[in-house]
Amino acid sequence: MSTLKVTNLQHASSGSASITLDSAGTASFNSKDVSGIASINGGQIGVANLVQNGAMTVAQRATSVTSVSTEGYKTVDRFKWTMDTTSSVYTLTQSTDVPSGQGFANSFKAETTTADASLDANCQVRFEHRFEGQDLQQLAKGTSNAKSVTLSFWVKAFQTGTYVINLQDTDNSRLIAATYTVDTSATWEYKTVTFTGDTTGAFTNDNNLSLVIHWYLSAGSTYTSGTLATSWESLTNANRAVGQTVDIADSTSNYWAITGVQLEVGSQATPFEHRPYGDELARCQRYYWRQERTSGTNGYVGTASGWSTTEIFTIVRHPTTMRASPSLSYSASNALTGATNLDSRLGSAITSGQPGTDNILIYIDVSGATEGKAYTMYLNNDGNWIACDAEL
Amino acid sequence: MDKMNITSAQYVLSKFSNENDIIKATIDGVEVSVPLDPSNRHYAEILRQVEAGTLTIAEAAQ
Repeated sequence: MSTLKVTNLQHASSGSASITLDSAGTASFNSKDVSGIASINGGQIGVANLVQNGAMTVAQRATSVTSVSTEGYKTVDRFKWTMDTTSSVYTLTQSTDVPSGQGFANSFKAETTTADASLDANCQVRFEHRFEGQDLQQLAKGTSNAKSVTLSFWVKAFQTGTYVINLQDTDNSRLIAATYTVDTSATWEYKTVTFTGDTTGAFTNDNNLSLVIHWYLSAGSTYTSGTLATSWESLTNANRAVGQTVDIADSTSNYWAITGVQLEVGSQATPFEHRPYGDELARCQRYYWRQERTSGTNGYVGTASGWSTTEIFTIVRHPTTMRASPSLSYSASNALTGATNLDSRLGSAITSGQPGTDNILIYIDVSGATEGKAYTMYLNNDGNWIACDAEL
Repeated sequence: MDKMNITSAQYVLSKFSNENDIIKATIDGVEVSVPLDPSNRHYAEILRQVEAGTLTIAEAAQ
């Protein structure tokens, strides 16, 4: 066995070293691609992307919502639309407009349908992704080993100019911000932003909200009058969106679309981690799941029992363990029926009971039920739905 | 903080313990059964609005 003692490995026709070795044993790669690696330390390379549904493939609530004038989770799962102090109105869509040749099938698209050209000082329009603290412990935030993270995404917008992104630590009320530029109107562009690690303020190791990514689309002077927080600092509203030149609210010509969102540890953006739809759906169902009857299928909710003459109940197991006890919502108070082969009891009200992270009781108010009798509970018309929500 | 328009809220008793189990609320025009879990964003917002004096949770019907 022999040892090659060098400090650089460089191709004969290259102008720079591909691998640099230092005396501590660290090897630095100066290469766009390292091919042929089947494993690292004998194991799988691992999950790179901290973002769920970054390819916008899952949209359980709706694929398109018009006349949006309030904030909330509207279309694609895990991404929240936020707006404040503006009269602008939007159509939000899970779009099929995607960057060519990148392997994406969907994007999220916001289109301004009613403009508000008068930018209020407190106006904000943002697109958000929210993280649990227990999923961020690897970032070692609040320690001397705090890790940098790199955010990458594809964006397409009508308006060229400067846009602002925030990382907001909600556990410690801290903030870091960066800008990106849309150079060409109506053209998909790839953007990467690296945020340094924060040695102050650890993320709480629990199932609650710890970090938010904010993509600013409109920002009034309350958020632009200071100095952009390009390093981690205590949250100051005036430092959140300094330099934002674009106001999506100012014209009905405006739109903004995004896909391929990836947040990964380190200062290098890597190719987007495409996940199977089923994997992504299961990740999203930790926060929200919805069952909707369609074309007569997918309607059965569960085997039920008469609780009394006026109530029928069933136990529904969530598709996956949810983040927290969920809220139950439904398309209409009479969306469910309890029935046997000889007897049908249309519900007039729906109530949850004993809601937990693994299951939930659903009661429907009826008349003429029999206590202890077995029923089948089902969604009684196409388009009827029930949903459990444990979003951040 | 979430901004939610909560127009009604009433406790519902557990059928097993006869103690408050959930809150039936109307949030942004939609009827929602909300668990008494501080990690649930709807419950957290209900508590915030109660604290702010802008919302009252009605007692459960017996």
